[in-house]
Amino acid sequence: MIWNEACECMSRQDMEDLQSERLRKLVAYSYDNVTYYRKKMDEAGVKPEDIKSISDLSRLPFTVKDDLRDNYPYDAFAVPMRDIVRIHASSGTTGKPTVVGYTKADLETWAEVMARTFSAAGVREDSIVQVAYGYGLFTGGLGAHYGAEKLGASVIPISGGNTQKQIMLLQDFGSDAIACTPSYALYLAEVLGEMGIDPRKDLKLKYGIFGAEPWSHEMRAQIEEKLGIRATDIYGLSEIIGPGVATECELQDGLHIMEDHFLPEIINPETGEVLKEGQKGELVFTTLTKEGIPLIRYRTRDVTSLRYDKCGCGRTLVRMEKVMGRSDDMLIIRGVNVFPTQVESVLANMAEIEPHYLLVVDRKNNMDTLEIWVEMSEELFSDEVKKIEEVRQKIKDNIQSLLGLTADIKLVEPKTIERSMGKAKRVEDKRKL
Amino acid sequence: MIKQLSVFLENSKGRLSQMTRVLSEADVDLFALTIADTTNFGILRTIVSDDEKAAKVLKEHGYTVRLNDVIVVAVPDHPGGLSHVLDVLTDSDISIEYLYSFVNKPHESALIVFKVDDVEKAMNSLNEKNVPLLSRADLMR
Repeated sequence: MIWNEACECMSRQDMEDLQSERLRKLVAYSYDNVTYYRKKMDEAGVKPEDIKSISDLSRLPFTVKDDLRDNYPYDAFAVPMRDIVRIHASSGTTGKPTVVGYTKADLETWAEVMARTFSAAGVREDSIVQVAYGYGLFTGGLGAHYGAEKLGASVIPISGGNTQKQIMLLQDFGSDAIACTPSYALYLAEVLGEMGIDPRKDLKLKYGIFGAEPWSHEMRAQIEEKLGIRATDIYGLSEIIGPGVATECELQDGLHIMEDHFLPEIINPETGEVLKEGQKGELVFTTLTKEGIPLIRYRTRDVTSLRYDKCGCGRTLVRMEKVMGRSDDMLIIRGVNVFPTQVESVLANMAEIEPHYLLVVDRKNNMDTLEIWVEMSEELFSDEVKKIEEVRQKIKDNIQSLLGLTADIKLVEPKTIERSMGKAKRVEDKRKL
Repeated sequence: MIKQLSVFLENSKGRLSQMTRVLSEADVDLFALTIADTTNFGILRTIVSDDEKAAKVLKEHGYTVRLNDVIVVAVPDHPGGLSHVLDVLTDSDISIEYLYSFVNKPHESALIVFKVDDVEKAMNSLNEKNVPLLSRADLMR
């Protein structure tokens, strides 16, 4: 079902007019209220009045994650704190998180786009939605929560983890929709199987709303088969709003972008040149209606392509392909953004450690695993197991507290980790996505 | 006091034999040897005929090594022999980090390597109680 036909089924011309009007306002608003935008635009020699329509978009400079880091925590906000009613954060590249602030209107927008998302995924007013995304600084839990509530469904805010309880509620509360990461959905299926519970017979589950990490069509087929549900891929990132930036419809043929709020472009990540419809490149967003932290041409680093043809579902919203990779080295492990440089900063802060490391990411029993190889050094080495284990534990604790992820630390002999000419190889991703 | 050589080894097939080959090519003799292993890695501890040379060639071959002081005690080979030595250390408030035993032909006694928290103090205490401590020269005889 289409939640908001007026917005989701608009003609291309109407959409472009709306986007142009909103873009003009956004640029002037950002220029007037955010110091770093004013600086960037002045440096690029662009004035707000130069931006008349979306065809002028490419004259504006890009925004990158580092801009948000440099303005940590609140300097990228366009409104005083008295107008900010919610703060979320995601992991940054060097330890400091990326902070986003929402005004009341932003939360309204967020609930609206998430209501559209749930609706596209099959959720209705009489649905019972189990939100198994983490609640907290991460945008997944609360984003899904308010969207499902706005739609009028009954929301179970169980948050992530605690699989036995998840299953108990699936059985006893009769949830017909679940929102979580796709890998967790597959894990749930596995545990249900072990417990001898047949989702088709014993549960009412019909819809899955899965995002926060990349997953393949094969994985979807598996989830749908094992749980007997329709699995919908959703896309979002906290900088733009959180989940709710784009969603699949029942045809599962690309993700509809909520482009009346988030204007997409595809660029060549090397040159910054804007690419045409259908060409693969880096996805860039301009947040047309955001008040708290407006972003102009924000580079997501996600690689995909766009198509503008009308979808069989009736929506005219532009579609993006399932994200096919990254234009940087960020990894998404159990829904958590991980940059190799974060691991490097942890190691660099520990005197005993050589900066030679390798992240080995795998998926075992449908759960992402992270193993960090660290080379043994003379400073770290001891003839006593206890002392080496202490250092290993310390690395593990520091990684855990920075990333919120448990990693297995494997100590390896010196020179084990491949030294390459130029850029070191820091990641081995064995997951078959 | 004797220098013990420790070597970091990954738990993988062939690592130990490669390492011992490096030592044999350098003509280094192994007197005592033990491996402390975890699921993740192993620490090989050894007493060799020439520790400086052994450490040098192993480092050249990319191994992480460390030299540290241990004491080697000749324990009379009869019931209560070890217990007596341990009592001496306990009475002197010395902690044992680890120990291992080995055999060495010219000696009748069992030889035990002790890694303790205070080597000097341990040696003094054992000397006072007439527990024989061995030097490298004793081992090479």
